[in-house]
Amino acid sequence: MNASPTLGKDLTGLEHMSPEQIRLILDTAEPFKEVSERPIKKVPALRGKTIVNLFFEASTRTRISFEFAEKRLSADTVNVAATGSSVSKGETLVDTARNLEAMRIDMVVIRHPSSGAAEFLGNRIASNVINAGDGKHEHPTQALLDLLTIRDKHGKIEGLKVCLVGDVLHSRVARSNLWGLTKLGAEVAVCGPWTLLPRGIEELGVKVFGRIEEAIEWADVLNVLRLQLERMEKGFIPSVREYYRVFGVTPERLERSPKAITIMHPGPMNRGVEIDSRVADGPHSVILDQVTNGVAVRMAVLYLLAGGRAELADAAKRGSGE
Amino acid sequence: MPRPKAEERTILLDARAMSRALQRMAVEILELAHGTGDLVLIGIQRRGVELAERIAKLLEKAEGAEIPRGALDITLYRDDLGAVGPNPVIGATHIPGDLTDKHAVIVDDVLYTGRTVRAALDELADFGRPKRISLCVLVDRGGRELPIQADIVGTVVKTGPGERVDVQVEELDGRDQVDVIR
Repeated sequence: MNASPTLGKDLTGLEHMSPEQIRLILDTAEPFKEVSERPIKKVPALRGKTIVNLFFEASTRTRISFEFAEKRLSADTVNVAATGSSVSKGETLVDTARNLEAMRIDMVVIRHPSSGAAEFLGNRIASNVINAGDGKHEHPTQALLDLLTIRDKHGKIEGLKVCLVGDVLHSRVARSNLWGLTKLGAEVAVCGPWTLLPRGIEELGVKVFGRIEEAIEWADVLNVLRLQLERMEKGFIPSVREYYRVFGVTPERLERSPKAITIMHPGPMNRGVEIDSRVADGPHSVILDQVTNGVAVRMAVLYLLAGGRAELADAAKRGSGE
Repeated sequence: MPRPKAEERTILLDARAMSRALQRMAVEILELAHGTGDLVLIGIQRRGVELAERIAKLLEKAEGAEIPRGALDITLYRDDLGAVGPNPVIGATHIPGDLTDKHAVIVDDVLYTGRTVRAALDELADFGRPKRISLCVLVDRGGRELPIQADIVGTVVKTGPGERVDVQVEELDGRDQVDVIR
């Protein structure tokens, strides 16, 4: 009847989504929050759907969050990890997925170390594909739950100043956040050592701060990214202690801002490296709200993709990528 | 270009008739439940919620007791997600406490196929075990596809599948009126 936006067959990233599609997911996530508060935390919306969680990379939070979301919608789920499956025997991604499809599945949630893996798969199988993180490319559901958490806390996203702090270069969370935040009208900045910031990021209209003090003075929200400790060995930063001294988000630094800055972190945290424990556990931290919202956002994505699947699956079978 | 046939709207209930119907329904609920002791009114999103609120206020005025009320969105309990696609607007579900041993009265605007009520019964069962569930609707338009009937009815009208019953409430639509559209 009305021309409300739909999501299409797959969720591979926020880069090519419209602001309306992003808002549709956030609005749909709202009522799903309540489902997790019920005595019986389950609704029958996806009864009879089979979902495979295909994880080629380690993950605790994201995998469990997806699994809770699937189970609370009454879907049947199977978890496949790369180790201990035929993947370790050299089977290709497409063969693995086609074999799963031959067992009549409906959706695949995939995490993969290669950028573009989710889209690659989505173009080759009829099932819905959801990207749970692909290389350094995107992690769309993480950015969506970050957006929902910001909207909950501030009542809006438009006009807010959000700074991503730390290893932006290697972060798919940062990339998805950047797309989502700018599409919904937030001002976005990044802050970190020059070695960990992508070159030319200013051209996307993003502010760049070389010092954490400047970022704190500017921002309404700090999204503190995890410092991947293996980066140190590769020479991106001199030492973990130096990183904490120069870029660590500490109460002393936050006190200098007149605003109460909302603190976010996608996890897992390195306490005492990128974030001080007193900040992570402090009154302005919404880190655990992010985790709670993660389940609601993933329920919304699963629900929206599952509905009206038939004609989209047909399009995929005909081989039209978009 | 052939113009679509003009819709023919006839008024089934005007504001005064609707007000009288709601008053009578409130009295019938009191008789059915033998008072307000265990009563919980559950409105089905969206217009059922407004009607439940109206009836609750009438009961509170008449009995001087507070009537707990809730809202139920049955979208996630529908049996036709694959056919109609997802509903982008899912309303809030709010149930006031555990329903075990309560007398829950489901309030909705129109009773037609009965599928919404079937979904509501499934959903309510996930919030406890009420000692009784009753159904109260403003308009019963016939056309049932399931063995479901209302305990309390505002008005009955015979309609065909090509017709619609349009319930408007002051809170959402600016006026109280029920039309049949042919």
